[in-house]
Amino acid sequence: MNTSQNTTEKRFQRIPMREQDPSERSGNFNEVPFGYSEEEAVAEAQRCLKCKKPLCVQGCPVNVKIPEFIGLIAEGKFAEAAQKLKETNALPAICGRVCPQEEQCESKCILGKKGDPVAVGNLERFAADWERQHGEVTIPKKKLPNGKKVAVIGSGPAGLTCAGELVKDGFDVTIFEALHEPGGVLVYGIPEFRLPKQIVRQEINYLEKLGVRIEKNFIVGKTATIDDLLNEEGFCAVFVGSGAGLPSFMNIKGENLIGVYSANEYLTRSNLMKAFQNNAHTPIMKGKRVVTVGGGNVAMDSARTALRLGAEKSMIVYRRSETEMPARKAEVHHAKEEGIEFHLLCNPVEIEGNEDGFVQNIKCIKMELGEPDNSGRRSPKPVAGSEFDLDCDVVIIAIGNKPNPLIPSSTPQLKVSKWGTIEADESNGKTSMKKVYAGGDIVTGAATVILAMGAGKIAAKSIIEEL
Amino acid sequence: MAKIIRKEKLSELVWRFRLDAPRIARKRKAGQFIILRPSNDTERIPLTIANADEAQGWIEIIFQVVGRTTLILSELSEGESVLDLAGPLGKPTHVEKFGKCLCIGGGVGVAPLYPIVCALKNAGNEITTIIGSRTKELLILHDEMLEKSDRVLVTTDDGSMGAKGFVSDVFNDLQNRGEHFDTAFVIGPVIMMKVTTSLTVKAGITTYASLNPIMIDGTGMCGGCRVTVGGKTRFACVDGPEFDASGIDWDEMIKRLNSYRAFESKAQKSHVCKMEGVR
Repeated sequence: MNTSQNTTEKRFQRIPMREQDPSERSGNFNEVPFGYSEEEAVAEAQRCLKCKKPLCVQGCPVNVKIPEFIGLIAEGKFAEAAQKLKETNALPAICGRVCPQEEQCESKCILGKKGDPVAVGNLERFAADWERQHGEVTIPKKKLPNGKKVAVIGSGPAGLTCAGELVKDGFDVTIFEALHEPGGVLVYGIPEFRLPKQIVRQEINYLEKLGVRIEKNFIVGKTATIDDLLNEEGFCAVFVGSGAGLPSFMNIKGENLIGVYSANEYLTRSNLMKAFQNNAHTPIMKGKRVVTVGGGNVAMDSARTALRLGAEKSMIVYRRSETEMPARKAEVHHAKEEGIEFHLLCNPVEIEGNEDGFVQNIKCIKMELGEPDNSGRRSPKPVAGSEFDLDCDVVIIAIGNKPNPLIPSSTPQLKVSKWGTIEADESNGKTSMKKVYAGGDIVTGAATVILAMGAGKIAAKSIIEEL
Repeated sequence: MAKIIRKEKLSELVWRFRLDAPRIARKRKAGQFIILRPSNDTERIPLTIANADEAQGWIEIIFQVVGRTTLILSELSEGESVLDLAGPLGKPTHVEKFGKCLCIGGGVGVAPLYPIVCALKNAGNEITTIIGSRTKELLILHDEMLEKSDRVLVTTDDGSMGAKGFVSDVFNDLQNRGEHFDTAFVIGPVIMMKVTTSLTVKAGITTYASLNPIMIDGTGMCGGCRVTVGGKTRFACVDGPEFDASGIDWDEMIKRLNSYRAFESKAQKSHVCKMEGVR
């Protein structure tokens, strides 16, 4: 009796992933979770009910064959599990780490009705890491080259996924990347402690092995336009996955003081330019008291980076309550564990500085929640007379990004929305311009890695059908 | 990678590099810049394209050694390559037949002024160029400017060449003589641009200045290069680098340029020391 009860309980209890201790990790940039051991992975995989009609697959934007790969892990066939993943997802080691599984596959898991859903993300990460660590990365079967050239603009999640799908189908694929390092937001945005760059590098190497060419330092819209690529350089199609790289500011007084960063700049200095390393040559202001404005994953990444760079106090200022925070629950939890101070329901009104132009404090006003707005979230309203100051020497603005205008402005035929996003059919990635497809944040506005990957995949499918 | 096909010392701290960059040479227009990174572990720095030849596929950059990255760049030899080169970036200079144009350059700012002078000349403008530097030895592109301008006025702080004083003094003289100009372009150290543009704007001349704030990506992604123009925040990389000088918040710009001064001077000193140790 007892034993069966235990088994039932176990069925509903997720194997936790071991993590670095919060007090230790807040002082280093190493990855926070350690990943599953083989035993832990098998035990977690054995919890899967192998549903006949797996709802988890429907919850995944790229329809990963979830019960199949988990079944292989349960049998101890780890390399096969990784290969199964790669049939539908070119970047499993990345998705296993940064996908919001709790809102997608895991939210649909039947086990979730009575207990913890299967840890799909943890298992995905395990299989991909196992394959990489055991040097058994296999190249899937490719179709024979079809001689057709496709240009992919941007090497973030949308572009990498699109390129991976196309090259497997025999296309001659070139990715054009504006920066000196491919990976887009995976490299400049997401910090080392959440996504080690070594992993991104290896996923990109894998695509290069498949035959994808990557042209770095190439800014489409400037170095060459989309028209040049199509009309002069022999590309049959172009996929635009240039992302949401234009930071929003609040337009309040003092925003150009020294020590005020966009999250993009702060994270780019730390991640892409390696300012987080001790012997780094790229300067970054290592504030003692850092205020990050915003409630998304980027805000959590910024605040936690500031802590690791030596801040005595790293604070989040967010205008709504924790319920409305767009960041993943796990990230908010990690941030709290590490000692990030949350100032909820308050909004900056002004940043004040000293005579040399360096930030000294941020003036905030308390907010209260009113009626739900267009996004369905209750909209915050300022409470009159409730202003207060937070002393700080660095302010990081992490309130979102607008689409980068370089491509729309150099391609007048391309229809854009009033927000500056490229208009594309979600079901096939087609834009208003013939042979031009788009997906990811440049179409949706800032969203998630996996949604961008889903869009890259859909566009690739549509390119394969059309050409 | 972009190969250095010619390397030339223009003055004590100023270098001219000719880089193999056919794509940039084809697309670039006056006023645009590139971002380069000489080697791993150096900064991405913006530099104006000083000259280019589409047929031969090269561009030229002129830079002054001001910190660690420019020092490392200056130590590369002909035949070697800069690791990363991207461009052309920024909006091109708005060029049309304005009539009488005044082009004012100070120090190494004479370099980015040169392509603008060329473009204005090609558009049929009458060009008065004022160039200045601290001493005769530091004056660059004098011959090139003579060739493209209708008139070149030189000034040095110490009077070793041309009139003794600043470019703003030369402008004052022209104004006192009752000369009139339709448009002015001013490029140089920020303090020089602040002083000079205040005079030209006051004289009723539509004036443009080219700004060189701290930048990382050069494509609008980081927002580090923001400047206040006409009360609005603009990104120099995508909205500029040239702006109507009458609305530029110069004091804010000067402060922002000093963001990392402590860090930079430390970095440069340590690099020089190490290099000296090697030699």
